[in-house]
Parts: sequence; C-alpha cells; structure tokens
Amino acid sequence: MAVTAGSKVLNNVEAVRETLYEAMKSDDRTIILGEDVGARGNVFLITKDFINEFGPERVIDTPIAEASIVGIAVGMAMEGLRPIAEIQFADFIYPAFNQIVGEAAKTRYRSNGEYTCPLVIRTPYGGGVRGALSHSVSIEALFYHVPGLKIVAPAFPADVKGLLNAAIDDPDPVLFLEHKKTYRLIKGEVPEGHYTIPIGKANVIKEGRQLTVVSYGLYVHWALEAANQLENEGMSVEVIDLRSIRPMDRTTILNSVEKTRKLLIIHEDNKFGGIGAEISAMVAEEALFSLDAPIRRLAAPDVPAMGYAEPLEHEYMSSPAQMADAMRELVKF
Amino acid sequence: MATTITMPQLGETVTEGTVAQWLKKVGDTVEKYEPFLEVSTDKVNAEVPAPVTGVIKEVLVKEGDTVPIGTAIAVIEEVGAATGTAPAAQAPSTPESMAASANEEPVPGFNIPQLPTKPAAASSGNGHARTGNGVIPSSYGAPGGLDTAGAEDALRKASPAVRKLARENNLDIRAIRGTGTNGRVTADDVLTAAAMGPAAAVGQAIATGTNFGATPPPAFAPAAPPSAPPASGTSTYGEPIPGTVIPLTQARRIIAERMVESKHTAPHAWSMVSIDVTNVWKWRAREKDRFERETGYKLTLLPFFIRAVVESISAFPLMNAKFTAEGIYVNKDVNIGVAIGLPTNLVVPVIKNADKLSIKGLAIAGGELIDKARRNKLGVDDLAGGTFTVNNNGANGSWASAPIINGGQAGIVTMETVEKKLLVRDDDSFAPCYVMNSCLSLDHRVVDGYVASGFLADLKKRLEKMGPDGAL
Repeated sequence: MAVTAGSKVLNNVEAVRETLYEAMKSDDRTIILGEDVGARGNVFLITKDFINEFGPERVIDTPIAEASIVGIAVGMAMEGLRPIAEIQFADFIYPAFNQIVGEAAKTRYRSNGEYTCPLVIRTPYGGGVRGALSHSVSIEALFYHVPGLKIVAPAFPADVKGLLNAAIDDPDPVLFLEHKKTYRLIKGEVPEGHYTIPIGKANVIKEGRQLTVVSYGLYVHWALEAANQLENEGMSVEVIDLRSIRPMDRTTILNSVEKTRKLLIIHEDNKFGGIGAEISAMVAEEALFSLDAPIRRLAAPDVPAMGYAEPLEHEYMSSPAQMADAMRELVKF
Repeated sequence: MATTITMPQLGETVTEGTVAQWLKKVGDTVEKYEPFLEVSTDKVNAEVPAPVTGVIKEVLVKEGDTVPIGTAIAVIEEVGAATGTAPAAQAPSTPESMAASANEEPVPGFNIPQLPTKPAAASSGNGHARTGNGVIPSSYGAPGGLDTAGAEDALRKASPAVRKLARENNLDIRAIRGTGTNGRVTADDVLTAAAMGPAAAVGQAIATGTNFGATPPPAFAPAAPPSAPPASGTSTYGEPIPGTVIPLTQARRIIAERMVESKHTAPHAWSMVSIDVTNVWKWRAREKDRFERETGYKLTLLPFFIRAVVESISAFPLMNAKFTAEGIYVNKDVNIGVAIGLPTNLVVPVIKNADKLSIKGLAIAGGELIDKARRNKLGVDDLAGGTFTVNNNGANGSWASAPIINGGQAGIVTMETVEKKLLVRDDDSFAPCYVMNSCLSLDHRVVDGYVASGFLADLKKRLEKMGPDGAL
C-alpha cells in the first residue's frame, strides 16, 4: 500500500490506541477507566503500557462492575474531567444501562444546560469471531432510541481516529462502538496528528446509480465487496457507510435514494426494531415517491444470540454472497 | 377445443395492429405463454404469447396485414381438449366466478369461447373448475405483459416512483413495456418511454441523415393506402420488384415520419470543414491490432471522432440543446447517437454520457452497440436519450452529405471518407496527409452559423491535435 505523506497504515486496534494515546498526552483531564485497561493493557492490548506512562490515577483498573464504571465516569465528566470508560465487551454493558440512559444521556436536559456530560464509552461489539453468546452481541439498537446519546460505529481506521477524537471533544456522552472482527482485519491510511470527523455524517464510499446500500461496521466491508462484484456484472451500486448511528445522516441517505430509487439496509444486529427499521421509516416518510422497489433489510434473524457453533454463526450473519444476491434482486426488480 | 385468437390491443389508444411476423406456422405446437407471433402498432412492437397450449390450426391474417383490434387472427386447437381433461385451473374458481370472468372480463387477444353447456365444476371431482379457455389467470408476470390483464397488473404493481414519473411525463403506465422482474415497469422504463417521445413509446426509433442529394418524399402521408395495390405480396425492401408496392414496415413508417417531421419543423442549415486526420490515422493504425486482440472490438476512427465531438460540445453546449416551446433546453447529459445503417432500415443507438468516456471507452461502447444493432438486439434503452448524433457516412466513399437532424436535437455531424491528399503547409512545404470532411446540419432555431461554425472549427482543431500517440 502506497502511503500518503503525513499518514501511516494502521489497523483499527492501532487507530484506537494511537488516538487514546494522543488524547492522554494532550489533555491531563483525560482518564481511561475499565476492566483490565491498566496492568493488562486491555484484552486487545489497546492500552498496553499506558499505566506505566500515565500512572494508575489516569489509567484505572476497575472491579467487574459496569454500573460503577459508567456511574463514576458520569461523575467525573460532570465535574470537569474527560473520562473514556471502557466496557470490555458490549455484551457486558447491560448493568450500566441506567447510568448511560438514565444519567449520562439526560444530564444536560435535567440540569437545564448547567451540566454537560463529556463522556466517551468505548466498547467492542459484533460477531464473526466465534465469540458465542457473551462476545458477539450488537447493542446499537438498544441505545439508539435514547435522545441525548450519540452513537458512533466506524468501519475504517481513519474514521476510527477522526470519530474517536470527535467523541472525546464532544461535550455530551458518546457511545463508541468498535467492531472487534475489524480490529486487526481492517487496515488503512490514518493521517497523523489530531483531526476530527464530524459525528452524524455518513460517507458514500462507493458511488452507484441503481441501488443504495446502507450499512455500518464490519458489514460495510462485506457490502463493498459485494457491490464491487456486482460492478463486474455491470450493475451500479452505491454504498454508504453510516459511520454515525445517532445522529443519523438523513441527508446523505435521502439524496442517494432519490438518485438510485432503491434501498437495501444491511446490518449485523437483529432485523426487528433495528437501525434498518428507522432508516426504512425515514425514507418512507421523506422519499416515498422516489422509491421504485420495496425497501429491503438484510439483518440478523430473531434469535436471542449468535451461536458458538460455526454453522450457527454463519446462519446468524449475512455473507458477502448473500449481500450480493440481495443487491442483484433489487437492481433487477 | 379450438381457441380463436384476436388482435390484441397494445396500448390503450391503439386501434389496429399489423401482424409483423408469425413465429409459428399452421401445424406447429405452441406452449402456453410461448410467443407465437409478433405484432406491431404505431406504438409498440410486441411478441404475443399463446394463451393455451395447443397446435396452430389456422392462420387468418397474413404477415404485413393490418387489422382492427379484436379481429380473429388465428385458431389454436387446444391440446388435450379432445379427451375433455383440460389442464387444472390456475386458481380455484366457482362456476359463477368463471362465468363472470368470461362475461365481464374479456381479455383482448384471447377470445372468450362459448361456455360449456354443463357447469365446469360438475366435471371436476376435486371442486376445482377449469378456467374458460382463453381466459388467462391474471397472475403477476405473464410473459409479454402487454395484454390487458398484464397491463392492469402493471398499473396495480407500479411503484410510487413509477406513478410519479408517469404522472409528470403524462404517460400511461399500461402502455409502457416493463423490463424489471416479471415484466414490471421500472422507473427507468418510464424515463425511457418519456425520452422516446409520444411517437414511439416502445420499439425501434429511427432517424438519421441521408446521402447528399437524396431527400425523403416531400409530403408523406402515413395513413394513405397505396394508389395501386401490389401485383403480388412478394416485393420487399430487401428484394424490390419493379412495378410493385413494398408494404411499409413499422420501421420504415417511423423513419419516414421522423424524417418529414424533422425536415419540416427544424430549419436545416449546413456547413462543412476539411480535417487533417493524419495523426489520428497513424495513432489508430498503431493501436488497432492490439485493441482488437484485447477487447474483441475493431478500432475505427469513430471513437476518436466522438471524443473530439464531446469535447467540442463541452466548449459549445448549445450544440447539445433542443428547441422547445418554452425555450431552448440545454441538455445536461451528453448522449451521442451513432447512426448505423442496416439492409432495410437505420438505427441510431445512443452512447450515454459519452463525455465521460475515454477513446477506449467510446470504442467499446460503440462496438457493443454496433454488434447489437447487427444482431437486431438493440433494446429501448439503447435507442433512447440521444442529445446529438454522429453519422459515419464515409465508409462507402461519400465525400460530403447533408444529414437530416435527429428530431429534438440541435445538430448532426458526419464523418466522410478519409482520403490521402497532398497538403500545402503554412510554410509552403508539401506533405501527403489523410484528410476527412465533416459536415454539420444544424437546427437554425437553436443555433446560428456563428456558434455552428465555431463548433466545427473547434472540432477540426481538436482532431488535428489528437495523436499520433498517447493513451487511448
């Protein structure tokens, strides 16, 4: 890979690590707290050696108590620190639901703007790694209903850095989702130094004329693979990487659908009540008379979790081939 | 049991149809839904599917004959009818509903036979009555999709985008040929139909230049019958017999109408330049073998010429405009029609967004269209949307021609024959050069000589600057 001057090639883990490191270096108010983030350096080694450089007061190993992690971080944020709380796996976030939804997301509103909650909650999510019931879950739909909470789920290393910086700079709470299968799988050029990518802005990563595909996280890469396959077959598919789930970039989606007249939403989370449901409703409300085919969603079935056995995992997830099939059907519809 | 087939109504405003071709002859077996004849009208050309499986018993209308819709045109003897065990019904149907459908929903093209004297249900042990012969089930996706049931279905299944576009373009969805899954009318189909204009929603669209001196009949009356009926019906465009009248094919009729319309509505003016194409010629000569080996298409002068044309159009966007009652509409896209002569007619398939293509891209796109044209495989999409036309007229040695503008465009430009000539350069030196004339007809309502001659001069300059090497 040819590297542009002022950039280097990083994978997603390295992009998170570099961003956190720079944030710790540049602002003493930055605190990292979570399970195994200190001595262990995080289970993916994202914060390896941070504790040696920044000390145990800024890199805090917490008990296995997610409600406390987020609760303490909310207090820190309200009182002027810049905490970055880590939930070791998204599957463990449920005990902190009240602190995230009931406290962090409502702080600004409850205090009539007197307090904000500049908190980042990072967590690895998603499957495809044989993680089974407790290490595969997608949680975005559980939280995207909540006003006051921003949710980000980047797919590419450069977006990881730009959006994580934006999340850290943001005066309100941001749930930062990192797809764990992309951690070391996805590499890309990342500009050096501090930069931000605005939260709430999607990215058209491939332009096309006949179909709009919206996805986020790992599936962006697979959708792109499928779309390129269709390109070889003479079909023109536009792929949008949502990047931010809330706020959602309605303009980019609507502009694309008005151009292509067809929409496919692909996500790893369950179909029922998922992100695709909101996008579908939004497009049906705003762009019905642009639609030349029913909106289609390709998403996980209503099964409580991704199974451990490989066939169960495959059954739960959508493959690039299935994505290509869905795209073909819609293009030809 | 015999089923009489009648001339279908292809489009709601259509009153008659011409049997273009019988795809089956008397004695042939046809499967239900298998196309067995081609019908052309002034709106569409369509294959008509057989409503039943059976053997063609009678053909009542000759190829080329035009009859009013509803006229009996053929009889199919249904297979299995003799035994009295017709194929099972597509859907459960009571005698009442069958009778109702037979009486109240006649389907043009599929003649309703006499009702059986006994209620059909009585002959069916499982309670499923057979449908009346000729009544096709209005299932989504009947091949052809141009019968009334299919047309009504198309209307019902029209997407919001199709409805909106049809409304905006004042088009009847039922009269548009669908290219989507199961014959669904897509938004693109509506846009294509709109781009083709009302005269030819579907089918072959034709218009191009004629050789210098040849002009179409000054007053063509499409509906006028020939004053002297042909002595025999065998005279064709391919084999004309002196003293006979060649019946007009749909394509000929459209060519004639378009030519008269364009020549009468657009005041044509004409201009010509001589272009030194030596460098282009050398460039092409060097690349052509490799190009053909790599792509399978011949590398002619055409893509080089089109490339120069689209570049000149970007410098003179008025050449890519059309005259409308509201004003001069300057097209956004640059879609170049390429006139292709075939033995009996002329087609002008369109290279869409030609300005976005390299010479190589133009060569491939043009090659594909020419290939399709020769195999008679051009679709509606291939023929629609042209904004300017190029006519490669020089293949047979023509040195100058005055083409007729493709209706709704500002101009048409030709490539005449390439000749080797001795040119005198500005410094008085002599050089053997390849020289080609290029002729432009322009719609004087849209542009004046000032713009047109600027365009031609620009075209000449660009072609003379092209080559003799570089990336295609």
